[in-house]
Amino acid sequence: MQENSTPSKKQPGHPLDDLIRTDRIPHIWCPGCGIGTVFSACLAALKGSGINLRKTVMVSGIGCSGRAAGYVKLDSFHTTHGRAIPFATGLKLANPELNIAVFSGDGDLFAIGGNHFIHAARRNMDMTVICVNNLNYGMTGGQVAATTPYLAKSTTTPMGNPETPFNLPLMAYACGATYVARWTMLHTRDLTECITEAICKKGFSFIEALSPCPVNYGRRNKQKPLDMLKLYQEKTIIKNDADPSTLDIDFEKGIILGKFVDLDRPTFTEQYDKIYRPSRLQENVPELNS
Amino acid sequence: MKPAVLTGEYFMTGDVACAEGALAAGCRFFGGYPITPATEIAERMAIRLSHVDGCFIQMEDEIGAMAAVLGASWGGVKSMTATSGPGFSLMMENIGLGICTETPCVVVNVQRGGPSTGLPTHGAQSDMMQARWGSHGHYEIIAMAPSSPQEIFYLTITAFNLSEKYRLPVLIMTDEIIGHMSEKVIIPEAKLIKTVSRPRPKGRKDRFKPFAPGPNGVAPMPAAGEGYNLHITGLTHDEKGYPVMAVETQTEMVSRITEKIRRNLDDIIRTDSYLLDDAEIAVVSYGISARTSMAAVAEARKLGIKAGLLRLVTIWPFPEDQIRKLADRVKGFVTVEINLGQIHREVERCAGGKVPIFLVGHPGGTIIHPDSVVKLLKEAF
Repeated sequence: MQENSTPSKKQPGHPLDDLIRTDRIPHIWCPGCGIGTVFSACLAALKGSGINLRKTVMVSGIGCSGRAAGYVKLDSFHTTHGRAIPFATGLKLANPELNIAVFSGDGDLFAIGGNHFIHAARRNMDMTVICVNNLNYGMTGGQVAATTPYLAKSTTTPMGNPETPFNLPLMAYACGATYVARWTMLHTRDLTECITEAICKKGFSFIEALSPCPVNYGRRNKQKPLDMLKLYQEKTIIKNDADPSTLDIDFEKGIILGKFVDLDRPTFTEQYDKIYRPSRLQENVPELNS
Repeated sequence: MKPAVLTGEYFMTGDVACAEGALAAGCRFFGGYPITPATEIAERMAIRLSHVDGCFIQMEDEIGAMAAVLGASWGGVKSMTATSGPGFSLMMENIGLGICTETPCVVVNVQRGGPSTGLPTHGAQSDMMQARWGSHGHYEIIAMAPSSPQEIFYLTITAFNLSEKYRLPVLIMTDEIIGHMSEKVIIPEAKLIKTVSRPRPKGRKDRFKPFAPGPNGVAPMPAAGEGYNLHITGLTHDEKGYPVMAVETQTEMVSRITEKIRRNLDDIIRTDSYLLDDAEIAVVSYGISARTSMAAVAEARKLGIKAGLLRLVTIWPFPEDQIRKLADRVKGFVTVEINLGQIHREVERCAGGKVPIFLVGHPGGTIIHPDSVVKLLKEAF
């Protein structure tokens, strides 16, 4: 894939080629990086969900995962660092017909953009947020993130991380997300299924996808490229409906994967229309029945 | 339920008149965050947007507000926000994204004393240079300064029209005094209000290039969800919108976003004057200070001093030609502004050392009294 910027005529196309800006390949992701697998799960989910792709928008922030918006052949916005969610909020409110997928990294969504995540979940803004969690800032060369495990090494924690990382599903649940799941990029099928479900679900959905960064994280933490994948296989426990408070990432204890939250409450737009734009609500009734 | 254009005669504050101007211009999205002395614009929009099938959201901060305004614009809706100094600082990041992605929208800064939290309830005009260069990188911006609630109504419409025509965030640099001052505002009939909408693409969607400029240097703009498979990025990009990390692309892109303004100065720049034709001394001012300057010019004339006023309505791009021409025929300039010399330096630059230049300014908190302008005119000339 990396050597061939244009696929030869003999080579059969990839089933997701129609959702890729093939003229932008090769991509920037490093060998051993997991973002491509999460991206492909996301594209398969978008395709499989049956939603109108013409009305589907991908919004990203800044960072390695943020480059996804540049490769997807949909309306796609590569915004400023941490601001994918509020940008997507404006898009959705301007045109409620749009399906919104926010695809970005842990640093972007939970450090610089943490405040926006909290409030979009609280409002139950109708969008699906897919967070590629590679435990560090990869694009800038491997700095500590809000998700880096305690004592893990990074270029800015050379003697080990003194901080406690976020439990992202717990945060999403506590803030009001109506759908919360976590998988690793190794669990591609489960990940794809959950993204599909999240896209089809009304309200604020959050999916955390654990993904290796061998070049910047693994290298400094004595993990060879396959080691992280082995951990994903051997040190994970699938436990749907697990209590979100038990979902800390701890490779010693084992990492819990699954779908943890799936509930219904009115979205921002539904509440806004009810109180401020009742005429719009009435107009929408025939459409809902048809 | 009231119409978008509230035709009639009112006693209104500048903040409320600004909101009414926005609605008359076709604004249907407001993303904001409370801040004195701009809050009343958000409050007015919160109720009025519900009358016109629009949408208001109070975001978690000004960073989010500005991001939402850009998102809404790409959703196909005319959008705006309003803030003051501290919020304006937070918005700078996404104002830059708006410039780079050529996104139409309007940002109102009801200026108060700074730096930092400063004087929240007292006016100033000290964000004028922040308006010009506050976001990083080299770019052109449009900023306008109204002198009354009536003018803010009209200038808000003009700001939307220019932002749609030239595809960029347009700034209204008003101040606490105009924002909170109540005066007569006449809102005309809807049919008399000229509104402009962004240029729309034609032809095959699969061949469309979102940043290929049209005849006036501005590219047509589709909305998300229309089948164009747009890619929009804050990275340096080519005409397709694709990021290209190359000197040539940087040159091409920055030239495009600056030239579309530089090539259309005559269409963008607005100035006004009072007793300027035969003036020997040109008083240059804008916003609330232009009104006190006008009183000072009238007083000076009574004293036999041939002063005249050049009122800057458009601040950025700066009316360089107007100042240069004046520099060839007047004996001197006096800049009047509520700061310690921001636009003053621009006047100085354009006058090119031909005549002496004086500043009447103070750091903010109150208007500039006409007497202090008259005093300088008497002493300096």
